[in-house]
Amino acid sequence: MSEKLRGAEIFVRALIDEGVEILFGYPGGAVLHIYDALYKQDRLKHILVRHEQGATHAADGYARATGKPGVVLVTSGPGATNAVTGIATAFMDSIPLVVFTGQVPTHLIGNDAFQEVDSIGITRPCVKHNFLVERVEDLAMTIKKAFFIATSGRPGPVVVDIPKDVTANVTGYAYPKTVDIRSYKPTTKGHPGQIKKAAQLILSAQKPMIYTGGGVVIDNAARELTEFGRRLGFPVTNTLMGLGGYPATDPQFIGMLGMHGTYEANMGMHHCDVLIAIGARFDDRVTGELAQFCPYAKIIHVDIDPSSISKNVRVDVPIVGGVANVLTELNKLIEESGWRPVQRESDGWWQQIREWQKVECLRYDRGSKLIKPQAVIESLYQITGGDAYITSDVGQHQMWAAQYYKFDKPRRWINSGGLGTMGFGLPAAMGVQLAFPHATVACVTGEASFVMCVQELSTCLQYDLPLKIVSLNNRYMGMVRQWQEFFYDRRYSHSYMDALPDFVKLAEAFGHVGMRIENPADVDGALQEAFSMKKRLVLMDFITDQSENVYPMIAAGKGQHEMHLAPASTDRELA
Amino acid sequence: MRHTISILLENEAGALSRVAGLFSARAYNIESLSVAPTEDPTVSRLTLVTRGSAEVIEQITKQLNKLVDVIRLIDLNEGSAIERELLLMKVRAIGGEQREEIARLVAIYGGSIVDVTESSYIVEMTGDAIKLDAFVEVIGAKRIMEVVRSGALGILRGTKALRA
Repeated sequence: MSEKLRGAEIFVRALIDEGVEILFGYPGGAVLHIYDALYKQDRLKHILVRHEQGATHAADGYARATGKPGVVLVTSGPGATNAVTGIATAFMDSIPLVVFTGQVPTHLIGNDAFQEVDSIGITRPCVKHNFLVERVEDLAMTIKKAFFIATSGRPGPVVVDIPKDVTANVTGYAYPKTVDIRSYKPTTKGHPGQIKKAAQLILSAQKPMIYTGGGVVIDNAARELTEFGRRLGFPVTNTLMGLGGYPATDPQFIGMLGMHGTYEANMGMHHCDVLIAIGARFDDRVTGELAQFCPYAKIIHVDIDPSSISKNVRVDVPIVGGVANVLTELNKLIEESGWRPVQRESDGWWQQIREWQKVECLRYDRGSKLIKPQAVIESLYQITGGDAYITSDVGQHQMWAAQYYKFDKPRRWINSGGLGTMGFGLPAAMGVQLAFPHATVACVTGEASFVMCVQELSTCLQYDLPLKIVSLNNRYMGMVRQWQEFFYDRRYSHSYMDALPDFVKLAEAFGHVGMRIENPADVDGALQEAFSMKKRLVLMDFITDQSENVYPMIAAGKGQHEMHLAPASTDRELA
Repeated sequence: MRHTISILLENEAGALSRVAGLFSARAYNIESLSVAPTEDPTVSRLTLVTRGSAEVIEQITKQLNKLVDVIRLIDLNEGSAIERELLLMKVRAIGGEQREEIARLVAIYGGSIVDVTESSYIVEMTGDAIKLDAFVEVIGAKRIMEVVRSGALGILRGTKALRA
């Protein structure tokens, strides 16, 4: 074997050999050997966050924007437990992370040692896999396996727990070139017979719907999906996680579907006769009441994870495989069939969809004296040319961003869809900006979410990250307030954000620029001014209409065709 | 419906907890679970008995297959299989008549007495769950001091084998 190295040096070398450029972390006792090894090199860039949750979200944002795995290093005990929320966030959205947690020395494991926690046990239900490295001889191979598992098949977070003595012990180092795990062989090619069956069903559809999710973004299949949609001429809807997978400004795109999806998308789902589900998992926020879901449709489902198929909804033509591969095959079959794209002008199904579009479900009051949150997002879209990376936190602002910012490209919309983690937006934006230092990165947030990871403003100063933070401040946990208004007879139990800080001063205290905007007429100017400050982080505190709700809305337990529309948008009875 | 699932698992620390954790996290039930290394010391064989509708069983097998430590699995209900369980029972056996009756019952059920004291026997018996349940009932709660059962083990009939 080749040169002898300490475990900590092996760690650093293995990351470099794996192609890692950046890791997000926070030091502590159990990882001090590793931090010492990091100090002695300059190839790996380490970003010091201010809380381990921030490290995992930042690595997650980096991974979502680049498609490369995000890497995290934290210490044992509280370092590991603080990271758990970020790990679970990545797990729910199938984001590749490799999270290294320090551990007490092997001879102390199980002794309730200082800063000891069973990191493997705690993270087990929210990781794709995890490893405890018991011998330094296993370290390099374990790191190789961790990256392989995190990034292949349906991606996800992998935790590697490294006891302190393992980082001190010495062994020969050679980074493995290949890895073979006999119990882990993800399928990437779809079954040709199933693909043929799907193509036949697709070409026989009278009222087709293409419903796509995060799998299209993760598998870098936006190009294949766009070709697929245009070859067919069918309507396309995206899930919250799938936005940008199909260009939002394309005339075939009929908006997001689900709980806060558009009227036309949800009605289209309800009435379609062939549903083509691609890289989406029939989440309860999409399906509504399962008994009423797509009652007239034959369903095709393409997914890389066999367990996603027929989990919530029985499907007629399942295809297990990578979305990009399967779409490429489908595109070939459609081309060979001589199919001509559906003409939207003359087609009866499109005529029906146009009728639904006339409801104008995203209309809102543009004459208000108060700042409407939707208007802020529309201005943000205009001023950034629709080409910014947008991260968001969780709540009403997240839905408005998803509804009113038209994402034409994948990996531009970065939000915690599955777990719904407040506090995600700011650290995720740091990860994006570090990946693309010259890109425009905006974090759409609200005053409640934002303070959950506000400490990361320090990290932004340290690494000169010129984020633009668009806070829609309605002095409420808006989505909680909305549900309380609708379903709890306006008993606003603990959803009012009392004793808020002065956000302008807060930004300034952290060394950034703060702005407060209270008048609708000032919205555009403020955004323009903020985005012209190319080198500064600007926190924009928009004081918005407190009473605004997110529409349309499908209440829990209702079918997709049973939407609440905004009071202003229609006066007709809905089905 | 009751299903018996045979699983080949990497014989690694924590692998069993991944299987058990999956069942609790997704609210599936485990009726019995038995596990031991195979002739290949890197592989454990696990036999798991569970109940659920066809949809639930389908999800269980898919979710198990998704675990990185699961090498291969088979639902034994999909073929003809042999299922056996080991029972050890300590019974009260006092006085000639009672001792003879117990010995006779053990013989009828094809078990054997492997430990004897003046007032007790230990009975060893293998069989499927139905037979062992019947034996437990025949001996009766009054005479039983202790029962230990291994949970089911299963193997497919014929030449088809589940191997890593």
